[in-house]
Amino acid sequence: MSVAEPIPTEPAGKPPRSLATGDERSAGWFVRITILVVVIIWLIPTMGVLITSFRPETLVNSTGWWTVFANPFKAGQWTFENYSLALDAGGLGNAFLNSLAVSLPATVIPIAIAAFAAYAFSWMEFRGRYVMFIAVVALLVVPLQMALIPILRLYNNGGTLGNFIIFPDLDLVGTFLGVWLAHTAFGLPLAVYLLRNYIGSLPSSIIESAKIDGADHFTIFWRLIIPLSVPALAAFAIFQFLWVWNDLLVAYVFLGGTSENRVLTIALSNLVGSTGENWHLLTAAAFISMTLPLIVFFTLQKYFVRGLTAGAVKG
Amino acid sequence: MKTSSDERSGASEVLAEPPPSGANSVLASLLRLIGALAIPIVGFFVLWATFDFLRDAEANRFLIVGVAVVVGVGGVFFLYWGMNRLVELLPDRYREGVRPYIFVGPALVILTVFLIYPVINTILVSFKDSQGESFVGLDNFKFVFTDQSMLRAIRNTFGWIVIVPLFGVSIGLAFATLADRLRRGEAVAKSMIFLPMAISFAGASITWKLIYSFRPAGFGSNIGLLNGIMLGLGQDPVSWLDKHPWNNLFLMVIMVWMQTGFAMVVLSAAIKSIPDEIIEAARIDGASELQVFRRIMIPSILPTIAVVSTYMVINAMKVFDIVFVMGSPETRGTEVIAERMIDWFFISNNDGRGAAIAVVLFIAIIPVMIVNIRRFREEEAIR
Repeated sequence: MSVAEPIPTEPAGKPPRSLATGDERSAGWFVRITILVVVIIWLIPTMGVLITSFRPETLVNSTGWWTVFANPFKAGQWTFENYSLALDAGGLGNAFLNSLAVSLPATVIPIAIAAFAAYAFSWMEFRGRYVMFIAVVALLVVPLQMALIPILRLYNNGGTLGNFIIFPDLDLVGTFLGVWLAHTAFGLPLAVYLLRNYIGSLPSSIIESAKIDGADHFTIFWRLIIPLSVPALAAFAIFQFLWVWNDLLVAYVFLGGTSENRVLTIALSNLVGSTGENWHLLTAAAFISMTLPLIVFFTLQKYFVRGLTAGAVKG
Repeated sequence: MKTSSDERSGASEVLAEPPPSGANSVLASLLRLIGALAIPIVGFFVLWATFDFLRDAEANRFLIVGVAVVVGVGGVFFLYWGMNRLVELLPDRYREGVRPYIFVGPALVILTVFLIYPVINTILVSFKDSQGESFVGLDNFKFVFTDQSMLRAIRNTFGWIVIVPLFGVSIGLAFATLADRLRRGEAVAKSMIFLPMAISFAGASITWKLIYSFRPAGFGSNIGLLNGIMLGLGQDPVSWLDKHPWNNLFLMVIMVWMQTGFAMVVLSAAIKSIPDEIIEAARIDGASELQVFRRIMIPSILPTIAVVSTYMVINAMKVFDIVFVMGSPETRGTEVIAERMIDWFFISNNDGRGAAIAVVLFIAIIPVMIVNIRRFREEEAIR
């Protein structure tokens, strides 16, 4: 799936097949009921979390969440208290901020670096251009699990090759910078690959005419390529943002689980461990962690789909 | 970040002036030189101060987060801007020769330090002892393929890579085919299936813990949906997550729930791209709906099915979060490879074994990944 292509979900200018053919068999009762049943099954888990998160603790622990449907308007059945509890006592408010501090730069940095590299690979002449690009794409096969341990060691002790320092001892464990760099590296191969495909497919006449007008590469990149590449950049940005926001492993390894540093996913998994069956708290916490992805999902759905589809090759 | 330590701190207004002429040129060159030297030095100190500040646990969290975002996002742009400024200082004949490396340099440096070096290092450590000091030959790999818990993990992971793609793709395909016939509401129906894709594995795990929740007699009433149904049917509640080997299946359901939407969206796009004429022709020739589906739709979208399947296989191979958050994999027998790796490295502090597991995972992923990239390229070539 190329990021350059229009959204795959809704075919442009093509009416639904059933209308085009006027087929009697299309969307019969069987089809509609099957779809309804599947949709309901798919929604039940999220519904359970949402409803439970608004119920008072005593009710949560004595009756199943589905019992609210018996009389949904009974007073005292609903409460916002779980949310304030989760945000303060559960430390979710702090974790939400940390997630933001990790996710925003960890989205922008790889995109910026990849865009520059993709431009150079597409439109600049230099030795080793092709070999370098192939090497970057080849790195798509490295699962991030493989890189965690050595990076952690670099962060802890620095790295030397003989007497030559290849990585200074910066003590990056538990810092935002450490997580950004790790996420940047894990996102880069895919980002370079996708953006090069897109930027490389822009018409060369634009770039040539800008050169004739006296623009240097930096200006062309900044004024011309970036604005033209917004669809591809947005698609990858959303994919990377959600990937980082929802990531547990990288944050767990490099940022750790201390109460001031931890991100949402870690706070969630800590809550599961420490409070076991505090469902009123857990569900509110889970829903807090879902808010931002769901907002992104509903507002930017078309880019979201495109980004995820493109992300299908991420290692 | 040490790459030219961020020439981000302004300090170069002088450089922004238009090209000087005549007597001014000597002064301008001098200013340029000073500017060029000042940028890295000032940048270094600003960076140092910022990161000291970010480490300060006492400082206000909002402020820290704000500064972190500004430094992280702004820093990368200033890095390129500053480097480009430096290139401008070079004599004309070198300038265009150096500039491409400014553009690709940061990407190559980061990839070398964070991916290439780690792969080599992990392979080396996998032959070393628990502290990663002396070589122990193939001991760690012998461990990977003999330890009971590891063998269970390999078996379970194999289950994941078969069952999750199988169900995810089947349900996704069926749903996409049926939704394609809806007159109204296709988009809404599809977003509902796709929605779990936006949620983290950790969030999804909590969601499903609530469904599988079990309380033994005397520990309160059962509020989990499944046990609610069991009680409604007059059965005894079941501790779903302790029922080996079925508990593996219950965890896989979570991933199927999350990823079916992806398969559905991509397959739906493929189905819509089949020309109407072909399907109409088949119908006129008297083909039943099932025949149209089996003989025409399936063969046309086979390449897409392959892409979606390999994607899901890779994801299933690397599954970690679900098993980790659902808890007690070792006592429940739900271990998977990636989870074992983290466990050996961080909980048992055995670097050698952790690395060996990572290498096994890497080797297992390579072929699937190559197939995936090749397919992706073919698809790109067609467009």
